[in-house]
Amino acid sequence: MAHNKPIDEVSGTSTTGHEWDGIRELDTPLPRWWLWTFYACIAWSVLYWIAMPALPLASDYTRGLLGYSQRQVVQNQLAKAREGQSVYSDKILSTPLDQIEMDPELLEFALASAKSTFGDNCATCHGSGADGGQGYPNLNDDEWLWGGTVSDIHTTLLYGIRSENDETRFSQMPAFLRDELLTRDQVEDLANYVLSLSGRDHDGQAASRTASLYQEQCSACHGSDGTGSRLDGAPSLTDGIWLYGDSYSAIVKSISNMRGGMMPAWGDRLDPATLRSMAVYIHSLGGGE
Amino acid sequence: MNSKPGSVMDATSTASNNMVEAVDVEAVNRADDRHLFESRKAIHPKLAHGFFRRIKWAALVTMLGIYYILPWVRWDRGPSAPNQAVLVDFPHQRFYFFFIEIWPQEVYYITGLLILAAVGLFLVTSLFGRVWCGFACPQTIWTDLFIAVERLVEGDRNKRLRLDQQPWTMGKVIKKVTKHSTWILIAMATGGAWIFYFHDAPTLIKQFFVLEAPLTAYIFMALLTGTTYLLAGFAREQVCTFMCPWPRIQAAMIDEDSLNVMYRDDRGEPRGPHKKNESWEGRGHCIDCKQCVAVCPMGIDIRDGDQLECIQCALCIDACNGVMTKIDLPKGLIAYDTGKNFAARAAGQKQKYNLLRLRIAMYTAVLILVSSIMVFGLLNRTILELNIQRDRNPLYVTLSDGQVRNGYTVKILNKKSTERVFSLTVKGVKAARMRLIGFPEDQSPPLITVKPDSLRAVRVFITLPALEPGAFSLPVTFTATDIGDRTTAQTENVFVGGKP
Repeated sequence: MAHNKPIDEVSGTSTTGHEWDGIRELDTPLPRWWLWTFYACIAWSVLYWIAMPALPLASDYTRGLLGYSQRQVVQNQLAKAREGQSVYSDKILSTPLDQIEMDPELLEFALASAKSTFGDNCATCHGSGADGGQGYPNLNDDEWLWGGTVSDIHTTLLYGIRSENDETRFSQMPAFLRDELLTRDQVEDLANYVLSLSGRDHDGQAASRTASLYQEQCSACHGSDGTGSRLDGAPSLTDGIWLYGDSYSAIVKSISNMRGGMMPAWGDRLDPATLRSMAVYIHSLGGGE
Repeated sequence: MNSKPGSVMDATSTASNNMVEAVDVEAVNRADDRHLFESRKAIHPKLAHGFFRRIKWAALVTMLGIYYILPWVRWDRGPSAPNQAVLVDFPHQRFYFFFIEIWPQEVYYITGLLILAAVGLFLVTSLFGRVWCGFACPQTIWTDLFIAVERLVEGDRNKRLRLDQQPWTMGKVIKKVTKHSTWILIAMATGGAWIFYFHDAPTLIKQFFVLEAPLTAYIFMALLTGTTYLLAGFAREQVCTFMCPWPRIQAAMIDEDSLNVMYRDDRGEPRGPHKKNESWEGRGHCIDCKQCVAVCPMGIDIRDGDQLECIQCALCIDACNGVMTKIDLPKGLIAYDTGKNFAARAAGQKQKYNLLRLRIAMYTAVLILVSSIMVFGLLNRTILELNIQRDRNPLYVTLSDGQVRNGYTVKILNKKSTERVFSLTVKGVKAARMRLIGFPEDQSPPLITVKPDSLRAVRVFITLPALEPGAFSLPVTFTATDIGDRTTAQTENVFVGGKP
């Protein structure tokens, strides 16, 4: 300390030498612990630049000596998780579909894993409680367009409905009015006949007028008694479940313009064990056969 | 160091009564010399001898013994449960304490235990002051142990003072290294013992040394090693004075009838050096030898009266009694005494110890009440529980034939250490059909096997014909019956079948 710094008399601390209107600024030194922490942080950051991925380049980035990659860490974690689950997922692959429910441990695993898969992939259309909505089937009830056994459900999941998969479940209802297969009067009469099948309010005369028209145009898929056909994904017209509504106008609309939902083939997106768990999960929702 | 203790060194004088060595010591934390911003002044407590020192050694050995040995005690619970007497089993969500086993949903027992601990502390504090702080607190115990190590390696107070002032020599280095490594070993044993409460101890110790133990074990071991070393080796009395809330809280528990470590100034004052054969007329019994200050681990002078810093370890009582014996005066110049007795003596009345006060009765009543509830709860602890969660999404499902179905998740908790089979029945609704996922449909009632000491969740569906228009819900009762010993558990729930 060769040079003589001005010292503030009251505090005994040196001042910066500046003076404003008689007020001098104290030159209180930084606390030593703070200063050392600061230096340590600088040293740390230099080492960090060298060791870890740090600087962005034009098309790449500096990799760092340690070669750390968050992407790789996630991959490893996923692989490890899969490995941990393999005890069960292998067993799910090797157990016949309808037997999985009978093994309490497998059932627990299948339900737990499928629940989150369902939430991620299926809830968008079928709802988080799988109770569907207009045009999206309720998976809790006992009406199944394409079959409700575990293996039926599994097939539907695997290939989808009217999807782009070659094996997809497929059927096509004619748009009777739009394509001018029937007249408007015929369609309206037919709607009354459909209402009569499940005992709903209808115009009896109109219904009896079109009994033969129904047999001619509809019975091939929906059956002569209206109970539907799972081969064609044709719903039963005799029960209390109506995917597009059970009002007269909704039915007229269905006959006029045809109906037919689309479901993607999940076989291309989810792994086999997950798909089997999903089939068990949906089957366990209560309507499974 | 510019403080007084540094300058006193081992200077002793024989100013007072030739038989008693007066220590030249200033209480570093004495009441009239406390500054907010100040580096800690080292305290080098002298070894005390006497009744309370022996109690403290006994408490130290007992409590550390329990802490270090308890995880190794075995307790047979059969093949389906661990055989460690005290175990907090996080992975399996169980807490074992000898014959007690607690599931996560029974965590209220822990609440009860905490209430007992708190009220017990209140009771003891209002009776005997800070006995917890002075004798039982882990901070006190480990600090005491660390000071004992220090004394063993570096010698008693005077030698330690001299050593600290010495320039660094080989001998000093060896002593310091020995002291710190012993401290670290004790600290590691402390952290090491902690982790054994959370895993099977014999398994964990093997895993620990081949680096196969869970990472948390190493983290907690390191954490507790670090805190023990820092808090007992360096922070010491600062933990009690600055970190611990208890000294502040307990002021509310202490009243004028509580026994506290006190200097009887009515007998001791006026203090002053005393020569042998000098008369005691017109003066107090305190010969100002400062032995009470020298032994104090908190660095205070008890003669300044009640102080927040005082943990009431009673070592000053031992020190003073030793002096009083030497100079043929009755013991008890510093003693456990009550505020009321001070007042009584001043007024020339008889001293009285009043243990039965309202607050004592209240604390005792709460203690008895809570422990009775806990004992009752533990004795009547159910070994079978039935919990039902009704599906809320969807609330109910209408089937194709118009019937209504509700879904439930039925959880059966088997707290026995053997496998049990339960039949599940539902009452309260007529014509109900019950179906379980994963059970054959022809089995009625369904038989559910639950593994020993575990929970099984089953999906159950109940189907009823459509409810009458306007009806929202019906009450239903589920019953699980052990088909072996016929014990049952019942749970009420509802069947929802319409919009409210």
